[in-house]
Amino acid sequence: MGKREVDDHSGVETTGHEWDGIRELDNPLPRWWLYILYGCIAWAVVYWLVMPAWPMLNDYTHGLKVAALPDTVKVDRIRVDAEVKALQDKRAPLFAKLVATPLDQVKNNPELFQFAQEAGKATFGDNCSTCHGAGGQGSKGYPNLADNDWLWDGTYAGIKQTIQYGIRSGHAQERLSQMPHFGTDGLLDATQINNLTDYVMTLSGVKGADAKAAAAGAPLFQEQCSSCHGATGTGDHLQGAPNLTDKIYLYGGTREDIHNQIYNGRGNVMPTWEARLDEGTIDALTVYIHSLGGGQ
Amino acid sequence: MTDATQSAPLRLTGFGKPGVRIDIYVVALLAALGLLWGVAATAFAHDLGMRVMAVELTLFFALGLFGIAFAASKGKLAIDESRYDDELIKVGIFAATFWGVVGMLVGVIIASQLAFPEFLYFKEFGFLNFGRLRPVHTSGVIFAFGGNVLITTSFYVVQRTSRARIFGGLLPWFVTLGWNFLVIVPAATGYVLGVTGGQEYAEPNWISDILITVVWVVYLVTFLGTIWKRKEQHIYVANWFYLAFIVTIAILHLVNNLEVPANVWSSKQYSLMSGVQNAMTQWWYGHNAVGFFLTAGFLGIMYYFVPKRAERPVYSYQLSIIHFWALIFTYMWAGPHHLHYTALPQWVQTLGMTFSIILWMPSWGGMINGLMTLSGAWDKLRTDPVLRMLVTSVAFYGMSTFEGPAMSIRAVNSLSHYTDWTVGHVHSGALGWVGMVSFGALYCMTPWVWKRQRLYSVKLVEVHFWLSTIGILFYITAMWVSGIMQGLMWRAYNEFGFLEYSFVETVKAMKPYYMIRALGGLLFTTGAAIMAYNLWRTAKGDIAAKEPLAAAAEAKAVPAE
Repeated sequence: MGKREVDDHSGVETTGHEWDGIRELDNPLPRWWLYILYGCIAWAVVYWLVMPAWPMLNDYTHGLKVAALPDTVKVDRIRVDAEVKALQDKRAPLFAKLVATPLDQVKNNPELFQFAQEAGKATFGDNCSTCHGAGGQGSKGYPNLADNDWLWDGTYAGIKQTIQYGIRSGHAQERLSQMPHFGTDGLLDATQINNLTDYVMTLSGVKGADAKAAAAGAPLFQEQCSSCHGATGTGDHLQGAPNLTDKIYLYGGTREDIHNQIYNGRGNVMPTWEARLDEGTIDALTVYIHSLGGGQ
Repeated sequence: MTDATQSAPLRLTGFGKPGVRIDIYVVALLAALGLLWGVAATAFAHDLGMRVMAVELTLFFALGLFGIAFAASKGKLAIDESRYDDELIKVGIFAATFWGVVGMLVGVIIASQLAFPEFLYFKEFGFLNFGRLRPVHTSGVIFAFGGNVLITTSFYVVQRTSRARIFGGLLPWFVTLGWNFLVIVPAATGYVLGVTGGQEYAEPNWISDILITVVWVVYLVTFLGTIWKRKEQHIYVANWFYLAFIVTIAILHLVNNLEVPANVWSSKQYSLMSGVQNAMTQWWYGHNAVGFFLTAGFLGIMYYFVPKRAERPVYSYQLSIIHFWALIFTYMWAGPHHLHYTALPQWVQTLGMTFSIILWMPSWGGMINGLMTLSGAWDKLRTDPVLRMLVTSVAFYGMSTFEGPAMSIRAVNSLSHYTDWTVGHVHSGALGWVGMVSFGALYCMTPWVWKRQRLYSVKLVEVHFWLSTIGILFYITAMWVSGIMQGLMWRAYNEFGFLEYSFVETVKAMKPYYMIRALGGLLFTTGAAIMAYNLWRTAKGDIAAKEPLAAAAEAKAVPAE
């Protein structure tokens, strides 16, 4: 033990130890520090007494019975189960009513319509917005649901059918159509595809189309495309064939995009939701999507 | 215990006969075994990650063996017991500074990737995507930067406070070089190639885990050996903290990495535990990595460098004892607060929360001892930006150890959990406390071990201080706002229990805060790069032309600014 010295500045004694010039003052524990520490320990002890806390041999301490803290408040799983059940009970009659009401008449009942909107919006956010965007605005490859340009069917029944069974989803009742892969399957040669591209560009007035090539593509269109897209290119909802004259392009509207689509005939998949969402939820989703702006 | 004047130059003090250098045999044997394994693993590797790691390790083991032979032929392996091993410290300072800048830069990159998802995104090659780079950042700053700072300062401090050369001759060199070349470099290249142990902050795979264990055991031996042969009667408080850090990290590492390789030539592995047991072990590890790596170890730094720099005695010996034992006892229980409202039984959550609250004052004991040590020397903060950095770090330590217990309360946690608030909390501790105290220690040690009169430029330290401080403030305020907003958006629901916001809407709302966060990180990293330059010039022996030595002496007398 070294010599205890008094520090000039504070007047406190040192412990007498020294390491590489460092000394230590012999100050006591700060009182406030000690009392807060005791306070925290006391609070912890009270908490242990009331709440589930310490492990025992076969069980754990469940906590004292306190009137202000029944198990429905203090035990997480009991409380959560109760809260979920309360919500389900509250929603059940409205969902039942929604299923029983023809979807085109839901908006005549303001309370039911609002419920469908809220349930539909939350369901859309969790399940659909990943592809179709938070507001249903879509993106390249994923249709915009907020406009009135429908690939398949924009009526209540049509929207519901798409949600339930999906498109090219593998479900027995899927919506199914497939654009031919004109390039990859060698159905048309390079010049023909180029001519066709120019012609399709003229349908919706995309700039930069070669008039001569477009003229050469016109008979090809009638021969190869009109059976689905129609003689004037206005599309066909029954086959999910897009309207090519409205400047709305699913896979992009540049020359390159149109060329790629004719060449590869890409067709995206929309999953079936029948097994993942119950009927009430699908009804609510249908009403919500129909109300986004383009419902027919 | 051998007296300095009596020891033969080639003797491993502590054990072994004079002239027998067990340390050289041990290191050479380890390197030779490693080399054999490396060659075999290169030939038989099942996957690319394993092969690349094996090639690197083969190279490093071979270089190690060659280095030993070369140093021995030049007679450089002799141990002079009358001197401290400061060459080791120099290597450690270089490594710490290098990894600090690299680790923080990767942090800025991934922060930018969160704000601008297309940044450095390669569709065909995954190696620079967020998922691969994130562990490079966390391991880079915690284990590469923080680890090198801890190992180096502990070697510096234990030698001086024990008045003894570091124990083990070549062994501490094996620790410093092994930590960098056997652990960090192969683990980091493994990360970008998709090799991972899959547990947060414990991402190194089984090969790296074995190498960490070997290096760590040798580290413990060198540290304990130095304490054992000390010429001071008592063990200084900084060394208690360092020892608690070394011992506990060993236990945490071994338990959390109980695993079985998928195949001896595969980089993949299976954890021995699964489900909630694995989760609990992981967060027992995770929180104590904070408690013992990022807190206890750095408190060791604080307990040496603050009194040393302030030239004042430590405020209270009693407080240092009580808060030390309270801290290491209580931290062990706090892990479950990472798993509130999960499959973990509620009683375990209760214990995690209550012990986290009890932990508040034991943590603050360190802050009080750090800040009060300044009493009688507060005026030095005006003229010495290095001391200011150390003190600011202690203040940030106090702030985040108050925020931590608050966030461990289940009701608070139900809002804060999984949000950016947690990220902000971690960074107020990591940038404010760990970063700043490390910078302070590096600024102190560099002129001391290179025997320079002072740093190359005190003004650059001033610039570094402000860049760091402003960077941290940008970072943590952005994350507070973003995190609390995120938490409130997630839990907003209407009378029927339907969510008000979809997840993607909450992501979109955070974009401006992600940009501010990236800016804050960039400022902090710029500061660290300026430090690297300053330390480099200091080591070279340069003095900034605009700050001649005499002027610096004058500046001490006149308050700055």
